[in-house]
Amino acid sequence: MSDLEKDEVHPKILKALLETESEIIVEDALNNEMILNMGPQHPATHGVLRLLLRLDGETVIACVPDLGYLHRGYEKMAENMTYYEYIPHTDRLDYLSPMANNVAWVMAVEKLAGIEVPKRAKYIRMLIAELARIASHLVAIGSFAMDVGALTIFLWTLREREKILDIWDILCGARFTNSYTRIGGVANDAQPEALAKAKWFVDQFDDNLAECEKLINTNRIFINRVDGVGRISKEDAINIGFTGPNLRACGVEFDLRRATPYLCYDEIDFKIPTYNEGDSLARYFVRADEARESAKIVRQVLLKMPQGEVIANQPKKVLPHKTEIYSKMEELIHDFMIVNFGINPPEGEIYSAIEGSKGELGFYLVSKGDGKPWKCKIRSPSFCNLQALPKLVVGQMISDVVVIIGSIDPIMGEADK
Amino acid sequence: MGLESQLKEHGFFTTTVDAVVAWSRKNSVWPMPMGISCCAIEMMAAGDPRYDIARFGSEVMRFTPRQCDLMIVAGTVTYKMSHVVRKIYDQMPDPKWVIAMGACTSSGGMYRSYSVVQGIDQFLPVDVYLAGCPPRPDNLLHALIMIQEKIGKTKAADFKNIRRPELNIIQNN
Amino acid sequence: MSLKEIIPQKLKEKFQNTEFEISVYRDELTIKFDQKNILKVCEFLKLEPELEFLLCEDITAVDWAKRKNRFTVVYHLFSLKNNFRLRLKADAAESESSTGEIKWSIDSVTSIWQAANWQEREAYDMYGIYFNNHPDLRRMYMPEEFEYYPLRKDFPLMGIPGSLSLPNK
Repeated sequence: MSDLEKDEVHPKILKALLETESEIIVEDALNNEMILNMGPQHPATHGVLRLLLRLDGETVIACVPDLGYLHRGYEKMAENMTYYEYIPHTDRLDYLSPMANNVAWVMAVEKLAGIEVPKRAKYIRMLIAELARIASHLVAIGSFAMDVGALTIFLWTLREREKILDIWDILCGARFTNSYTRIGGVANDAQPEALAKAKWFVDQFDDNLAECEKLINTNRIFINRVDGVGRISKEDAINIGFTGPNLRACGVEFDLRRATPYLCYDEIDFKIPTYNEGDSLARYFVRADEARESAKIVRQVLLKMPQGEVIANQPKKVLPHKTEIYSKMEELIHDFMIVNFGINPPEGEIYSAIEGSKGELGFYLVSKGDGKPWKCKIRSPSFCNLQALPKLVVGQMISDVVVIIGSIDPIMGEADK
Repeated sequence: MGLESQLKEHGFFTTTVDAVVAWSRKNSVWPMPMGISCCAIEMMAAGDPRYDIARFGSEVMRFTPRQCDLMIVAGTVTYKMSHVVRKIYDQMPDPKWVIAMGACTSSGGMYRSYSVVQGIDQFLPVDVYLAGCPPRPDNLLHALIMIQEKIGKTKAADFKNIRRPELNIIQNN
Repeated sequence: MSLKEIIPQKLKEKFQNTEFEISVYRDELTIKFDQKNILKVCEFLKLEPELEFLLCEDITAVDWAKRKNRFTVVYHLFSLKNNFRLRLKADAAESESSTGEIKWSIDSVTSIWQAANWQEREAYDMYGIYFNNHPDLRRMYMPEEFEYYPLRKDFPLMGIPGSLSLPNK
C-alpha cells in the first residue's frame, strides 16, 4: 500500500477508503488488500460514476464513490435565468424521463406564484409523466439485464421505448428532452393522433413486457446472479434516505402520488407494488410491476380526460397565445415583460415534490420578488439513493457491485446536477 | 501497418491498394462510445433495432479503447471529466477519429457555467461536429457516413501519420 | 387540531427556553430557531412517537448576501406516518479564525439520520459551511484542489479562470 503512486486519487479519498472500519470477516484472507478503481468510463456504471473499491481478492471491504464528473452547475444557473428559461434545463436532469422533470418544475413555480392550472392540462401532464415513467423503467430493466449478461432484453425494451418516443414526437415535436410543459399549463393541446397512438401503445404494452419478462423471470442464471444481492432492511432504507422503487422493494408502501396527491392522482385507481425482501431481485420486480401500473393509469387518464383549455388565463404571469401576441397590444406587452423580466412571484419559499421514476424529485425555491429565483435546490433521488451504495456492496464480490448499481438505477445527470 | 508502410510513392498500382485498404477500413469502423449524459441515450438508440448502427459496420461498441478507431463523445464534458476523456483518447491506437456529438461537446451547449468545458476541441482534435440537443440517431448515422467518406479519401500511406485537426484553445491553464 | 398546530405546541412544551418562529406559507410549515439547539430538536422530532420524522429529505443552505447571518441552513423532514412535511431553518454560527477570516459552522445531524451525510457534504462543497462532528467532511462535486465555494453569491457564474485545469496536450 505504501508504494502506491500518485495517480489521480486524491489523498483525502484514499484516507476515507482506508480508514473505514469493516465488520465483515473474510474467510481465508489474503495478506494484502488491493485498491481498484471502477472509473468514470465503464460499461456498467450507469453514466460517469467513479467507485474506489478496497478489495481482499474478489470481496469488497470498503467502497467510496466519487461524484462530480457531470456537475454542470444547475443550481447556479437557475439563479441567473428566469423561471421560463429554466424549463429546458430541467429536461436534462433525469434524462430518461424528461417530461416528468418538466412537470415537477412547473408545478413548483406555479405553487410559488399561485397559478391555478386548468383540468385538461393536469390530465395531459399526468399522461406524459406516466409515459415518462414507463420509458425510464424500460431502460432500467433493459440495462439491468444487460449488466447481468442477458443482452436480448435490452434491445426489446428499447424497441418499446421507441414507440413512446414516437408519441412524444407527435405531441410536441421532439423525441427526447422536449420542454413541453409551460408555467400555467402545457405548450399545445394534445393532438388526436397522439392520444390514439398512446391508446394503441398501452394496449399492446402488457403483452410485450410479458414477453421480455418470460426470458428472465424463471431463468436460473439470472435469479442466482441477482437474488439476495444487496439486501437492505426497512429501517436502514428509511434512515439512509431511499425513496421510490428502491424503498418500495424493502416493504415500505410509500408513494408520493398517494401520500401527498398532486395533479389529479386522487381520481385515478392504481396499486402500489411492494415487495418485502429488499434485494436486487425485489427492486427489479417492483420496476416491472410499476410499468404495468403506469400503463393502467394511462388507460384511465385517456378515458377520463375532459375537454377545455390547456393553459391558464392569467395575463401577467402566463404567456399568452402566439396568435394573440402578433395581433393585440396588451398581449404583446405582457409577452415582452414576461420573457424579459420574468413572472415576479411574491416573496417566499416553497418545496414541491413529485414521484419521479427514481424516487422523490423535489424543488426548493426561494423567491425575493423578482423574475429570477434567489435560490433553487434540486432534491434529486439518484443522489440520495447512491448514498446507500457503500453500505450495500460491503461483503459482496466485484461482479455483484455491477448488479447492485444496476438495481439502484442511478442517473448521473440527476445525481451530479 | 505492413503493406502501407512499404509504399513510398503514389502511382497507378498504389491507387488500387489505396482503394482496397480504405474500403476495408471505412466499412468496419468500431466506435468507442464515451457516453456521458443525455446524448449517450440517443447513441444507445442509434444501436437499437430501428436505427441500427450495425448495418454500417459498427457492429460492436467496444468499451475498451484499445480496440476502437472512432471515439464518439456524447454528453457534457466537465473540467473534472476532461482529464479522463483525454486519457482514454491517448490510449486508442492510431489511426483514430473523433465525433463531437451534440451541442455540449461542440461548444459547451446550453451550459455556460463554471464547470463545463466550452467545447471539447480545446483538448481533443475533432473531425465531425454534430448539431442537436440531443441529435437524432439519424443525425449520428449521417456523421458516421461523413467519417466513412473521410476515411475513404485517405491514401493508404497517409494512415501512418494521419493529419489531425487543430485544437481550438481559448483558455491556457 | 391539525399537525400544523400540534407540532409547534409540542416543541414549545419540550423546549421552554428556545424561541421558535413559526410561519405557514402556501400550506407548508416552517420553524426557525437558534442553531445551538439543532441536535436536540431533531432528535425529539425523530423519536417522538406521534410525530416520527424518520425521513430526512434534504439539507441545503441559502446565502442571503448580507453582513450578519449570511447563511441559513434549511432542513426538510418527512413523516411517513402522518404524510407530513416540515421545514426547519437555522442560521449558521459565525466565528472568527485567527487570520481574521470568518468561518461559518453548525452541528451535523448525521448521528440522527444517515441520509444527512452526503447532503451536508454537498452544502459544504457549495457554500463552505463547516459541519461539526461530521464523519467525513470533504468536497462532493468539485475536485479537491478547487479553492472556492461555487454557490456563494460572490462567485461568478462563469467561474474564475485558472481555477480548474484542462489536460495538458
